[in-house]
Amino acid sequence: MVASHDVVLVGGGGAGLRAAIAIAEANPKLSVAVVSKVYPMRSHTVSAEGGAAGVIRDDDSLDEHCYDTISGGDWLSDQDAVEAFVKEAPQELLRLEHWGCPWSREHDGRVGVRPFGGMKKMRTWYAADKTGFHMLHALFQTSLKYPAVARYDEWFVTKLLVDDGRVQGVVAIELRSGHIQPILAKATILCTGGCGRVFPFTTNATIKTGDGMALAYRAGAPLKDMEFIQYHPTGLPFTGILITEAARAEGGWLLNKDGYRYLQDYDLGKPTPKPVLRSMELGPRDRLSQAFVKEMEKGRTIETPYGHVVNLDLRHLGERVINSKLPFVRELCLKYQNIDPIKEMIPVRPVVHYMMGGVHTDIHGATPLPGLYAAGEVACVSINGSNRLGSNSLPELLVFGARAGRAAAEYASSQKEPGAAVVAQAEDERRHLVHDMLQRTDGRQRIANVREAMQKTMEESAGIYRSGPGLAKAADRLGELEEQARRIGLDDHSRTFNTELVTALELQFMVEIARTMVGSALKREESRGAHQRIDFPKRDDKRFLAHSLCRRATDGSCQVEYLPVTITRWPPGERVYGR
Amino acid sequence: MSTERNRYTEFRPRWYRPRMSTWWWLKRWSSLAFILRELSSIFIAWFIYFFLRLIHALGSGDAAYREFLAWAASPGIVVLNGITFAFVLFHAVTWFNLAPQAMVVHLGSKRLPGALIAGANYAAWVVATALVLWIVSR
Amino acid sequence: MVDRITIEVARYRPEQDAEPSFQAYEVPCRKDWVILDGLNHIKDHLDGTLSFRWSCRMGVCGSCGMTVNGEPKLTCATFLADYAPGPLRVEPLRNFPIIRDVIVDISDFMQKLSAVKPWLIRDAEKPLAEGEYRQTPDQLEEYKQFSMCINCMLCYSACPVYGLDPEFIGPAAIALAQRYNLDSRDQGARQRDEVLSRHEGIWSCTFVGECTKVCPKHVDPAGAIQRYKLSSATGWVKDFIMPWHGK
Repeated sequence: MVASHDVVLVGGGGAGLRAAIAIAEANPKLSVAVVSKVYPMRSHTVSAEGGAAGVIRDDDSLDEHCYDTISGGDWLSDQDAVEAFVKEAPQELLRLEHWGCPWSREHDGRVGVRPFGGMKKMRTWYAADKTGFHMLHALFQTSLKYPAVARYDEWFVTKLLVDDGRVQGVVAIELRSGHIQPILAKATILCTGGCGRVFPFTTNATIKTGDGMALAYRAGAPLKDMEFIQYHPTGLPFTGILITEAARAEGGWLLNKDGYRYLQDYDLGKPTPKPVLRSMELGPRDRLSQAFVKEMEKGRTIETPYGHVVNLDLRHLGERVINSKLPFVRELCLKYQNIDPIKEMIPVRPVVHYMMGGVHTDIHGATPLPGLYAAGEVACVSINGSNRLGSNSLPELLVFGARAGRAAAEYASSQKEPGAAVVAQAEDERRHLVHDMLQRTDGRQRIANVREAMQKTMEESAGIYRSGPGLAKAADRLGELEEQARRIGLDDHSRTFNTELVTALELQFMVEIARTMVGSALKREESRGAHQRIDFPKRDDKRFLAHSLCRRATDGSCQVEYLPVTITRWPPGERVYGR
Repeated sequence: MSTERNRYTEFRPRWYRPRMSTWWWLKRWSSLAFILRELSSIFIAWFIYFFLRLIHALGSGDAAYREFLAWAASPGIVVLNGITFAFVLFHAVTWFNLAPQAMVVHLGSKRLPGALIAGANYAAWVVATALVLWIVSR
Repeated sequence: MVDRITIEVARYRPEQDAEPSFQAYEVPCRKDWVILDGLNHIKDHLDGTLSFRWSCRMGVCGSCGMTVNGEPKLTCATFLADYAPGPLRVEPLRNFPIIRDVIVDISDFMQKLSAVKPWLIRDAEKPLAEGEYRQTPDQLEEYKQFSMCINCMLCYSACPVYGLDPEFIGPAAIALAQRYNLDSRDQGARQRDEVLSRHEGIWSCTFVGECTKVCPKHVDPAGAIQRYKLSSATGWVKDFIMPWHGK
């Protein structure tokens, strides 16, 4: 039985659903399939809290949003992409409002905006502190209107089918039956999100395992800027659960063990009672995370059974502000750490949050591999450069989800049906999955052990601060782990909803991606944004004002080349906060 | 729950569908309270019948009224009316407490708090009871 | 010295089992472990064949609902230590067919979700150039509570009506319909009414109220349903007395 559609979307989160709607609206005759390993409302978009940036105030301008984004990315962002993004973001957010998204409002009924880290003006739209949840549900519920959108809920994609130089669909496991089959398509869009689970402490859900990045990489598409991993400065210590940046935007303070607002020591401005945009606690995430590491080295952080932390103090905001603007923050602290932010300080530490890098695409979401598109966190366009600003990733889903959808729709309208060669490939993949993984009884490794070893390696060597020798050691270790991941022994040999098989496949994706992250980090001999090398502490525009592009070589290693950054109107300058 | 229904065939696994027990409502206090609340409607119906008989007896002259009182004083009816009284109280209290969930009242643009709506029902009940007592005691 | 606790998990492997049974595992019982951490410990270190759904582990994705000691709970938001010394029983959500172990089939719910037309319905769309539909904070408050549903289905699991009559459209679907009906921007209440006013719609509900009790997001679906019963009934009366009145 061979399913076939015009366009297949892998991933049903914000980007995937927006792309599906865009295709259904662009050409209602096309059949679209959304293939997701979880039900779409479980996608990780749902956890986003803070907000989505889009210029709507009279005192704001597109150019300023551009500048904030480009400087926030330490000039690694492609400026043509940023200009397009900044222009379309308010339109997309407004479109979502028309689709029912419950944006928080001003008293006169207009959409409200709040301040956010790294943004000089207030332009972050928000829906209380559950913006991603409301956006995802608005998108999902709106997508139900379009009969052309078929959904494959809980189908896990294991491979992209490539023939004749173009991608012609996917192979997927229907989890609830164990059936493995191809889903053919004239165009495929990856919307699978990031890969935070490569690290031990992350805000990311368990499903963020870099699936789409690995799928594209194995199919021959290059990955871009894989060394840039964003740490969010405020995550809860044990679970990694995100305490939104909005808590700082509303006026929260970061205090070290002496109760001192330590950020003032790190060139982020002077402490003021009310928050000042782009200064102190509203500085960019990479600088705040780096400040934490420095404080830790100085011995001024607090030691807990779950590692070192600092304190986020919201007490001075008062009960009314916390309950109206930050209700979810309060709920999370009470439910998961048994702390009431109205009365106590919240222990926080930097945790991995977002992947700036990903599958290389142009500003229409197209990868260099014909038939393959990507949008959202899985893609790297790049608008975020070396460090993403908070509240830029939600509009990114909408803008590039729509663009990739439209581009894929146009491409698919002009292609012929996939051929028999890919069906044969799918059969090979099915055989491989069944014989080499499912039915194998001589597996040597346990999934959890390999995964923990990978996460430990990444946290030690590819964390906030890196060094050449550390990265080289990590590269070797990951090579061993990739071997081990290939020889996983499963306890579960059944077909019906075998989540152990899925976990093993995800682990294989993750280790492969981890190798590209470390490989790219080793080659970039400078410090920029989220990539900080203690052996190369300065930014080096002469050699590295370029994206690192890595391709998979036949021996499995990653070949890194450089692609110059597109500069239009903002020549590289100094990244300044608090001055 | 038979074995053949659960025979697995490749890629068409048999889902297991547990049956809900007939005694589901005994498993928790809240379910029992719910069933009793629903049952109270039977006793409300009895009360209405009793009340109509009272009215009819009142309108049919002295003898009919005395007959009615004798019937109402019989032990069976007294016990039944005792139980009925308890259920009517239970019915009224649960009804008033749930009313705010069903009725959302706005004053201008603000919602009235639920306690106010329940409270208004109780207050009306007290007033009506006081009125009836006053009429009867005259 | 870490305490330990025994978790009895329902197992059902359709390829070999005729019906579900329980399997007991002993896991560490740390102060800040939730039940999900216990299940993950089993899967990672004791028995990789245990299958269950989870994702965000912060109570917002709705994946990890299970029946814990007879009560429907989100296993990411329930502390293991609350059940010490144990053992505690973890079973699939009630009232749904069981696919495997504690994983249930929710396709009935998904179909019902679509059936209530959960999208903004307008007679005429406003062009984007004219900006947003104005909505005051008070108007947002009207439906905000009903928009918080994470689709975890604990309410369906707790509802005896759904257990006895699977045709019942259910609490979350009706609450979602109300979310749109009460949204000042929506004009589709009549369209949704066709689905909701049927027997399997709101009128199957007998206001047991268990759904509201178990809802982890305080959506109050029981309230949504009763309010709709009131507005549907008054709407019917209005139609009867004044058949000329619009929407």
